[in-house]
Amino acid sequence: MPAVEVKNLVKKYGSIDAVKDISFSINEGEIFGLIGPNGAGKTTALRVLSTLLSINGGSVTILGYDLSKQPGEIRKLISYLPEDAGAYKNMSGRSYLQFIANFFDQKEVPAMVQKGIEITDLGKRIDDRVDTYSKGMMRRLLVGRALMTNPKLAILDEPTSGLDVINAQEIRKLIKSTAKTGATVLLSSHNMLEVEYLCDRIALISEGKIVEEGKPKTLMEKYKARNIEEVFIRTVHE
Amino acid sequence: MSGLGNILRKEIRELLTPATFVPIILVALIFATMGNSIQGIQQQTQEPPTIGVINEDNSTLGIVASTLLHSHAKSVFNSTSTADLQNGLETVKQHNGIAVIIIPRNFTERIAEEQQGTIQIHWIMKGAGLMDTISSSALESLIAYINTNISKELIRENTSVNASFVLAPTQRVETTYFKNREFVGISPNTISGMLSSQSLLIPIVIMMIILMAGSIVITSMALEKENKTLETLLTLPVKRTSIVSGKIIAAAVIGLLLAIIYMLGMQYYFTGFGISTGTNLSAYDLVLTSTDFIWIGISLFLALIAGLSLCMLLGTFAKNYKSAQTLTFPITMLAMIPMFITMFADFDTLPLAVKIFTFAIPFSHPMMASRALLFHDYTLVVGGIVYVAIFAIVTISIVVWVFKTDRLLTGTTKFKWFKALKRRRF
Repeated sequence: MPAVEVKNLVKKYGSIDAVKDISFSINEGEIFGLIGPNGAGKTTALRVLSTLLSINGGSVTILGYDLSKQPGEIRKLISYLPEDAGAYKNMSGRSYLQFIANFFDQKEVPAMVQKGIEITDLGKRIDDRVDTYSKGMMRRLLVGRALMTNPKLAILDEPTSGLDVINAQEIRKLIKSTAKTGATVLLSSHNMLEVEYLCDRIALISEGKIVEEGKPKTLMEKYKARNIEEVFIRTVHE
Repeated sequence: MSGLGNILRKEIRELLTPATFVPIILVALIFATMGNSIQGIQQQTQEPPTIGVINEDNSTLGIVASTLLHSHAKSVFNSTSTADLQNGLETVKQHNGIAVIIIPRNFTERIAEEQQGTIQIHWIMKGAGLMDTISSSALESLIAYINTNISKELIRENTSVNASFVLAPTQRVETTYFKNREFVGISPNTISGMLSSQSLLIPIVIMMIILMAGSIVITSMALEKENKTLETLLTLPVKRTSIVSGKIIAAAVIGLLLAIIYMLGMQYYFTGFGISTGTNLSAYDLVLTSTDFIWIGISLFLALIAGLSLCMLLGTFAKNYKSAQTLTFPITMLAMIPMFITMFADFDTLPLAVKIFTFAIPFSHPMMASRALLFHDYTLVVGGIVYVAIFAIVTISIVVWVFKTDRLLTGTTKFKWFKALKRRRF
């Protein structure tokens, strides 16, 4: 059974069709990338799968639960990291992790917080107020928050957005190791090289439609391209 | 275009929004309404009071008093026997009058013996608001005028009359009928004064609770959006009702704490101005029992929950901290309107349309509850509690529904009619 199954998904904002009849599936333990330019519909698709937005057509099944009928069950199993997410500024990093962990099984809370602290790797700064953090520290805290809950499905929107090379590299390693523990990862990115490095399979999305889907290597061979960036340009513009 | 002109154009365009102008226009309208009301009060003070007169004394001073009453007031009931008092009260009440005045048989005789002549005033009190006692003030002035004229009469007849007696040849014996109760020995002004703590302090404190707690909720919603924490919160395994209730209850607790601090300050403020805080109320059975305080507590709690749910609903429209400040304005208005109404008038004496409007505002009910309970008007209090509870349930349900829709994140709604309306307006 696939971890995620999207069939003919349609999402509209008023008269604007943000996502037009897309279908894809993600296997358990797989890292799946949604790739596309700004405004292609990546974030909308991720928000739908994160139970934030309702759908206008089609169906979505996540870990056996119907998105429209059982969003509460899905929220227990997923973790969503929005692209421009923030944390409560009056809390310390540790308090924020504790606050999030408190929504889950109480027995697991200390272990979750400890895992979160290890992922964030903020050292003593974990006890400082969040509003004193740099952008990179904030992103690490949020990635820590997203992964510490041991989600069955992690939905990460531009996980390395705004990070320097070193921080971005660390987060990519974290995502890889998370998938190795059996978790499924769905991520979006502009960064084609990142996608090539991270993802087992990708879907290229443009103007709300999936224009190509497959393993990065297979797609590069199919389009005789040196990298995913070239594949993307060929599928969208040629 | 010059640099200044360019900046000026951009700034004006930014500031020229409905959010800037609507609050000011509404404030201007409120001041205009208040001005009209004050004009109305001035006219009311100039109008002669409607009364009934029972004159049992056919002697000189009785006739003087009676003549002055007839010439300076609108008399709708006349009699020469105290036995007609009940009829008189009914007639005056039917004519929306304020009192029946009795000049007893021995009025002139007592004054001739240098004993104060008694003028009995049977007041028909309609409400305990500040505006409700205006007519009684006019009659009190007339009674003082009668006193002065009798003094003049006494001096004209006998220049060697006792000076201290001649300054106060009459005394008033007053009985006030208010909300089916009889208060012997006090006037409407005295009752109104005794209730001033309820009339002034309670509405102000309740308004402050609503504003403080309301502002907390709206700002909290705005900060969730501004700090980009809302999306994360909505994907966590927590029920929408828990998020809504958590925010509302937290704001209610903080609002109540702030109100206690504020109330202590206000209490000292009113004490400083010598306004009675209710020390004499027990003598007239005008005290709240512990059960009454429970009713007030329930009314206040429900109004707070209803108000905060409304704030939460408004908070879903807030995009950031700045827009949250604008969104507190409707709540400010809804809290201030019943505050002024309950300060200046009694619910019973309001015109029907204003009555419906006041009843519809959930914040009116705790403001009116204490006065209503003092006069055992449980229908208004319980009715208010039921209404506010329904209001709160409906509003919370709407908020939870909004939390389940895309509206919270996208600012859009699926209602076609709403979109059409928005397009037409903007």
